Amino acid sequence: MRALVSSVYLFLYAPIALVVLFSFNAGRNASEFTGFSAAWYGKALSNTFLVSALQNSLMIAFTSATLAAVFGTMAALGMERLGPRMRAFFDALFAAAIVVPGVVIGIATLVALVAVFSFVNPALAMIWPGDHPPQLGLGYGSIIAAHGLFSMALVAMIVKARIASLGRDIVEASSDLYATPLTTFRLIVLPQILPSILAGFLLAFTFSFDDFIIAFFVAGSKTTLPIYVFASIRRGVTPEINAIATLVLVASLLLILTARVLMRETKSKSGE
Amino acid sequence: MSKVRPSPWPSPPAGEGTGAAGSLSPFEGESDWPAGRMRAQFNTRFNGLTMRAAKNTKRNLVTAALVAPAAAWLCVFLVLPFIAMLVFAFCERAPEGGYQAAFTFAQFANLPTRAAAFWNTLMLAPAGALLCLLVAYPVAYYLAVRANPRYRLILVSLVVVPFWTSLLVRTYAWMYILGSRGIPNLLAMIGIEDVRMLNTPGAVLLGIVYGYLPLMIMPIYVSLEKLDRRLLEASADLGAKPVSSFFGVTLPLSLPGVMTDVALVTILLLGEYLIPQLLGGGKVFFIGNALVDLFLQSRNWPFGSAIAVTLVAVVVVVLMVAMRIAWKVAGTRQVDLV
Repeated sequence: MRALVSSVYLFLYAPIALVVLFSFNAGRNASEFTGFSAAWYGKALSNTFLVSALQNSLMIAFTSATLAAVFGTMAALGMERLGPRMRAFFDALFAAAIVVPGVVIGIATLVALVAVFSFVNPALAMIWPGDHPPQLGLGYGSIIAAHGLFSMALVAMIVKARIASLGRDIVEASSDLYATPLTTFRLIVLPQILPSILAGFLLAFTFSFDDFIIAFFVAGSKTTLPIYVFASIRRGVTPEINAIATLVLVASLLLILTARVLMRETKSKSGE
Repeated sequence: MSKVRPSPWPSPPAGEGTGAAGSLSPFEGESDWPAGRMRAQFNTRFNGLTMRAAKNTKRNLVTAALVAPAAAWLCVFLVLPFIAMLVFAFCERAPEGGYQAAFTFAQFANLPTRAAAFWNTLMLAPAGALLCLLVAYPVAYYLAVRANPRYRLILVSLVVVPFWTSLLVRTYAWMYILGSRGIPNLLAMIGIEDVRMLNTPGAVLLGIVYGYLPLMIMPIYVSLEKLDRRLLEASADLGAKPVSSFFGVTLPLSLPGVMTDVALVTILLLGEYLIPQLLGGGKVFFIGNALVDLFLQSRNWPFGSAIAVTLVAVVVVVLMVAMRIAWKVAGTRQVDLV
């Protein structure tokens, strides 16, 4: 049993280790390791296309995850107070946002936005007083909106599960002691659901940072990091891609470690 | 014995109470109350109701404000796009690409031209999910039951971490390994020439198992960890061998979790694009690859919409079957251990 489990761990990590190893390869050849060198990192980081793609990805991930954390938490809190029918309706919509394949979300958003723009842009041109009316188009906004949809549903699900597991008695005790609903929320509910909100935020961030397929459809002329990596993979395997891939791995690793540390701290504080 | 006062109210049913004043009969108090007190109580109740109504409106406003942003987002970026896609599926392709208004079933009649994509997806997605389960279950079992508690947290984290890292990068790693300079190159050194690994269904299956293993392990681990150990002890006390304890207790109790897990992974796989694109190399393609081709290369949006609508229909069917099975299994097997 232990041998089997160890081999599964090897299976999970060997490919990743290989990519990291070959990112330090001195030679161009992808199959022979000819010596350590960090040259490919220098090359990757001086690539302006790559750096701007990275900036785009970080900005999009941060914005969509923040919006998702705020709106998703609000929705989770609000759904507690809805009637059973409305709650089931919201549950179904959130489940749909999570279960519908990313390909379909990407396509549907693309089709709808292009259809809407084809009406809105001429109308804007008609009513615009100046010479250069704004042209709505695909770009950062559409990626943030499409990522936010999934992320919001994710945060709402996580926070809702946490709220459901909270004891009602402590909230009731708080209101029995004449705390206003807002005070009860601030002192009792929020500290208890904060770890879930943070977890939801980080999950949303990594989802957006790693997502390729939705962004591929709705990015328009903009490039995110996964789109850039995908395009370079199609041009051929080079050590430079290994360096980029390693950087992406390290970024994700830092994120999840931060998440774990943050969550453990919040947990021990609220657990007392 | 106390005297029973005559009252205008129908007398309480005798039997359970003694009928005497001071008894705990639910009717007693009411029959004794004078009309004035009744009215007073009615008034305070009524005032309470209006206050409650005012409180309710405020409460409803707060609730509405809380769910409004999410509702708007869901409408504009989920419901509306879905309707748009459905409308497009009945449109025609304009000569220059894109779309023009029409009402035709031609796009759906055209679906058989992409039968290969549907066939690959509907074969390889469930197969990949089941293969994934076969690898995942022993690991989840080991983590939940056998692993040393001191190292459990680290071992679980090691499963979670790959899930948090880019699927693109992880799939790319296999392109590297299975490509002509990878394993086939090593095999050629020991004399086995001309082995093709990349761009085969096997490569796609491998990529699927690799990519979705963490997602398969975690929910099974959680459901196995929640399992009440006393049941296993009871089973052992009753003379069951570990193997029969596993098949009689552990496996059935984890089955609902396993079912929903397999369904979840299957659904995600139905929309997979990256793994068949990178490891199938245009030879083993899924519906997702057909969709990218139709929307971003050949620009046949109406046909693409029809395929996407069909894909959603397939997802819904899988979901419903999975929910029914999970419900059945959970309905007959679930043991309440609270």
